[in-house]
Amino acid sequence: MTAVTDPGTAAARATDAILEDTLRGTARGIVVDSPPGAGKSTLVVRAALELASAGRPLMVVAQTNAQVDDLVVRLAEKAPGLPVGRLHSSDSDPYDKVLDGLDNVRKSAKAADLAGLDIVISTAAKWAHVKNVEPWGHAIVDEAYQMRSDALLAVAGLFERALFVGDPGQLDPFSIVGADQWAGLSYDPSASAVSTLLAHNPELPQHRLPVSWRLPASAAPLVSQAFYPYTPFRSGTDHGDRRLSFGVPSDGSGPDRVLDEAAESGWGLLELPARHTPRTDPEAVRAVALVVRRLLDRGGAATSERGPGPVPVTADRVAVGTAHRDQAAAVRAALAELGVTGVAVDTANRLQGREFDVTVVLHPLSGRPDATAFHLETGRLCVLASRHRHACVVVCREGVADLLDEHPSTEPVQLGVTVKFPDGWEANHAVLAHLAEHRVHWAP
Amino acid sequence: MSLISTLARLEAVDSGRAQPLATVRHRHLTGSPLVLVPLTTAGEAGAPLGALVGTDRAAPRLLVVAQPRDRDLRFAFLAELAEAVLPHIEAYADAVEPAERTEVDPETGKKVKVEVELCSDAAQLIVPGRAGIDFVRLLGRSMRFRRTAEDDPDTPYPAPARVPLLGRWLTHYGERARVPGSSLLLAATDLLNRHWATGQSSLEDQHLGALLAWVDPPDGESGAVAALRAELERDRAGQLVCPPAGPATDPAFDNRLLAPAIERYDRARTALAAAEDGLDADTRLGELSDAEREIRSLLAAVMLPTWDAVWRGLDLLRELPEGARAEDRWTRDRWSFTGHRDRVRAGEPPQPRRDDAVTAAQKLASRETAQAQLEAQEALDDPLVLAGRRLAGEAFLGEVTEVEMAYSESKRPSPRPLVTVRTDERPHLGERTKVYRSLDGRPQTAEFVRYAAGSAHAEPGDTVHLVLRITDRMGRSKEPAPGSVPEPGDRIAWTLFEHDQRGGPKLPDPEDTPWTHGGPPGAAVAGGGPAEQPDPVTAEDIL
Amino acid sequence: MRTLRQRLAELRGPSVAPHPLDARALAALAANPGCKRRALLDGAGVDKAVLATALGSPAAFGQSQFAFVRGNAFEAKVKADGGTELLRLLVERLGGGTEAPAAAVVPDLTAAGPEGRAARTALALREATAAGGWALLDHPMLALEVAGSPAYLEPDAVVVHPDGTWTVVEIKSFPMVDGSADASKVGAAARQSAVYVLALERIAAVTEGARVGHRVLLVCPKDFSNLPTASVVDVRKQRAVTDRQLTRLTRVEDIAAALPEGTTFDPGCSPEALGTAVEAVPAAYAPECLAACELAFHCRAKSRAEGAVESLGRSVRGELGGLTTVAGVLAAAAGKEGDPADPTVAALRRAAALRAEALAGVSGGVPCH
Repeated sequence: MTAVTDPGTAAARATDAILEDTLRGTARGIVVDSPPGAGKSTLVVRAALELASAGRPLMVVAQTNAQVDDLVVRLAEKAPGLPVGRLHSSDSDPYDKVLDGLDNVRKSAKAADLAGLDIVISTAAKWAHVKNVEPWGHAIVDEAYQMRSDALLAVAGLFERALFVGDPGQLDPFSIVGADQWAGLSYDPSASAVSTLLAHNPELPQHRLPVSWRLPASAAPLVSQAFYPYTPFRSGTDHGDRRLSFGVPSDGSGPDRVLDEAAESGWGLLELPARHTPRTDPEAVRAVALVVRRLLDRGGAATSERGPGPVPVTADRVAVGTAHRDQAAAVRAALAELGVTGVAVDTANRLQGREFDVTVVLHPLSGRPDATAFHLETGRLCVLASRHRHACVVVCREGVADLLDEHPSTEPVQLGVTVKFPDGWEANHAVLAHLAEHRVHWAP
Repeated sequence: MSLISTLARLEAVDSGRAQPLATVRHRHLTGSPLVLVPLTTAGEAGAPLGALVGTDRAAPRLLVVAQPRDRDLRFAFLAELAEAVLPHIEAYADAVEPAERTEVDPETGKKVKVEVELCSDAAQLIVPGRAGIDFVRLLGRSMRFRRTAEDDPDTPYPAPARVPLLGRWLTHYGERARVPGSSLLLAATDLLNRHWATGQSSLEDQHLGALLAWVDPPDGESGAVAALRAELERDRAGQLVCPPAGPATDPAFDNRLLAPAIERYDRARTALAAAEDGLDADTRLGELSDAEREIRSLLAAVMLPTWDAVWRGLDLLRELPEGARAEDRWTRDRWSFTGHRDRVRAGEPPQPRRDDAVTAAQKLASRETAQAQLEAQEALDDPLVLAGRRLAGEAFLGEVTEVEMAYSESKRPSPRPLVTVRTDERPHLGERTKVYRSLDGRPQTAEFVRYAAGSAHAEPGDTVHLVLRITDRMGRSKEPAPGSVPEPGDRIAWTLFEHDQRGGPKLPDPEDTPWTHGGPPGAAVAGGGPAEQPDPVTAEDIL
Repeated sequence: MRTLRQRLAELRGPSVAPHPLDARALAALAANPGCKRRALLDGAGVDKAVLATALGSPAAFGQSQFAFVRGNAFEAKVKADGGTELLRLLVERLGGGTEAPAAAVVPDLTAAGPEGRAARTALALREATAAGGWALLDHPMLALEVAGSPAYLEPDAVVVHPDGTWTVVEIKSFPMVDGSADASKVGAAARQSAVYVLALERIAAVTEGARVGHRVLLVCPKDFSNLPTASVVDVRKQRAVTDRQLTRLTRVEDIAAALPEGTTFDPGCSPEALGTAVEAVPAAYAPECLAACELAFHCRAKSRAEGAVESLGRSVRGELGGLTTVAGVLAAAAGKEGDPADPTVAALRRAAALRAEALAGVSGGVPCH
């Protein structure tokens, strides 16, 4: 077999194999691992449409209302005439008002009202309340790695076969109470749906989308190596396919220099002097805001495979990522003070699944006196480092490498629990080592 | 740790005594809790060494295993423990009141009210520390599958009659202790740590003696000094003045005192067995009881300080008034107690070794609900807990400055008054964030509309004006029911968290476990076979 | 120029033999890698227990003879009959479907002194690997260089598979009840095993056809019996961490270089002199040290005397930013010190005000009722 050199061909082969298994395979479940920006939503929409056109009624399970609404909109874009049901909760304002403008989308809080439609979509939480219905022949479970095993238990009776799609590198689901007593059990309710599924059905076909269309050639190797060491992927574009440029030259300040570095190499580390700070470190927060302000002021423009000419990097193409909510709030306030509006500022949890041209990240360990399991969680850093199409600027206090080295390693070990790789500590070291090559020191 | 409790710890360091973390008691204490102070043998997890147990602080019952490796002596201990614990439990099991429970009618699938019995109170069990809770669980696990001679006349080492039943109850208590806010089985250290912050770390707070030294230091002494003595001070024989609260013992106690005493006991037993005549046997028997008495007094001496400490801790806790909603959580404990009573009476088999998929998911869901409920109830019951939530931006206190009547846009407009609230706090409010206040003990919902003019760019600490829209609990007519809308001048605490918790969805029955989770439990026989099988016994079991 | 070895010998005391480091001590390096004091004392082979006693804060570690007797009896039972039961468990858990061997070679490893035993072990490993059968090495001796000196390590057992894989076997006397065990004890066993894996890797690197398994076999009593049962533990993470910490131990050279000339931890010195010497090396005390380091009570007393917030727990620092002392934090909270524009100071003042308000029962008591 010859090596596939063209990413488009490699991705198409993977997709074909997945659709083949989905439409004509006999396995009850199919698992698809999708690294960041590998076309997961596109796959879900395509699989849904093909199942529908083959006359097979389908239910789709997503994890949040925003994900559900997004899928409904995408389906309607691809197949405006297809009857789609949006099952929603009975809370006030249960779905995006955009859906009201779609003619073939029927919305209801009762599954019975949507019976007979080609596709019915809802959240796992809502599906769990659906009882006494004829099971669907097919289901697609989206973001399956972020779904908890107990949530799957509550809905698995509704379908006979399912396609499970998700990104294993992002944040794991969690529970607010201890679940140690079930650690090591194949059906540990606090584990991810996919780990339970595969523990009980190890023979299920597992696929992988091999190409990230989002991450540029500068980012895919690092993200792949640091976060997906055993399941590598590559970028769909090559060095030089994407360019970030500025209309206004650098003024020599730290933010400008780090923007130039990021435009050139895809990564930039704006390193502030070492200091222990509170979470909402005012200097770091202001540095993040300044980088965003300068990015917009300097007339950032992005050239990519999507079009012939440069496209302005406007506020809606920029995101700021933080570890904590109060940090996001502080950055929003700092941006407002600088007169910047329209930039998405959120925590890693809320940025999951989203895509921007440029991201500015406040490093989770910046200024901290110690690392904790929360701050070291692999998925958190992975989400923050994989939202961008062009460049990612990380703002951080100096001293994180020492912090990692001094992190005590005395974790308890539960028998029978599969060790998750990569370890957050190692992934952090890998990312930091790479960022160090794109470092700009700055004392504000 | 939240900043507000960190501050309490630092104040404790500064003042030399523990500082309050609560203004009310957040756990129900019954009038007559059963205190259990167990000890175990080092290196033989689960082999009991002794215990003090009882409801009368002046008269603990002392239980001792003179030779922990002797199965008969262990069984005698467990039988005696059953005798000490089960009558206490059974006394509560028999006192009932009528209650209603909602059940799903298996034929119609509809929810119906059923008249059932609810135990009017439940037996409460207190152990010194978390390790004690684990030990209760371990004892429960080791006993509940035992077979008695009545169960099976051929069983090689039949357990005393009531031992399996005690195992089932202790298992229930151990499992219930994992439910946040439950009070059936409590650790004295957890109780004290919930209500006071000491000037030491939470690791050091697991030492009951040191913890009490901070909460209630001796006259004229700082908590720090008293705690240090409790931790480390040894007498001239090298023994800790404040022995560990168990179930583990101090190695110096084992090596210098207990081991020689057990050796003497073993020798006396061997000698008795070898006695040549009645007179000789009498002498030897005397030596044996002397040796046994010595072990009893050694163990009593290391358990009594802990016994007293637990009761002292309970006294301190009783000085706090009980939080208003603790009773509600205790009622759930009573339901749990009654439910277990009913399962035992119905002849159901003991709890399986490991939960099946559905049971595990149900337990996790109910504990998450209990956790959220506990957090909400503690904040509603206690201004000091609420202060922590306010600091975190999850609640705020504000004064109503203006109320503007408004109505919903529907065919039958309902009242949706706009309430302007002045506050200097910074809750994490976004568009349409829901907030709740307590109105006659039940929540009323409002949603955040906007910051009033001039508040958008306020500096931290400045006063801001928030506009909230009240959305429920105003009655059915066009005019809101009297008292249902806040009035200018009212000072109201609003929370961003819900006051009540909705239960989760109904999970499938275990026999309908889906293929994703391995199918129904019986189908895939795990290595050990059916869960109800007793543990195989060998000649050298440790428990 | 003095070598590092000479310098460390001076620190230890000229006539004092280095305190041997065992796997537990090496694994504990990862318990507080930020502590220079511990790194230096361990690297120099100083007996910390003796030092702690000399300083008047003896360690409280001890083992009950009941636990000791029980542990030995269980290990003997597991290894009885030429390790038949042990091999059965190993093949069952790690054999990938192969049949348990009827017997394994149990080479004689006796030799004079740790160096001799280590050489004998290396030879036995080579021979067993070349022979291509099953071999059980009972209490082999492994050497691992730590900061320039060899440390001798003695795992409970190492099994050589016919395919050349070497598996570390760790026998512990805590029970596995219904397939699960105390996670902190399993974690400690995993870290200890990782040290053996690292030491074995040094030998495997020069042994034809050998590879060291990163999955070790943990053998424990089953439920409440003394029958052995086993579980496989993947120690890749622990191995990576320990490897990195061992590499970092070379920094003891820099730590030693920063000490005043003549500093020594010779137990023959006066307590005052020892106290001064210990104070010359910075420590990073945290309450977790109490369970992991012989010097912890001494460091705790110092840390408390200095009013360091870490003495209340590592997590306490998280929200205190640049404030490091109890007095500093309280002064900031009380409005006596600190810049109100600093978010830490602002949050502390707000916390103090809210706390005081709630405790004073002002603001209309409990408004939520």
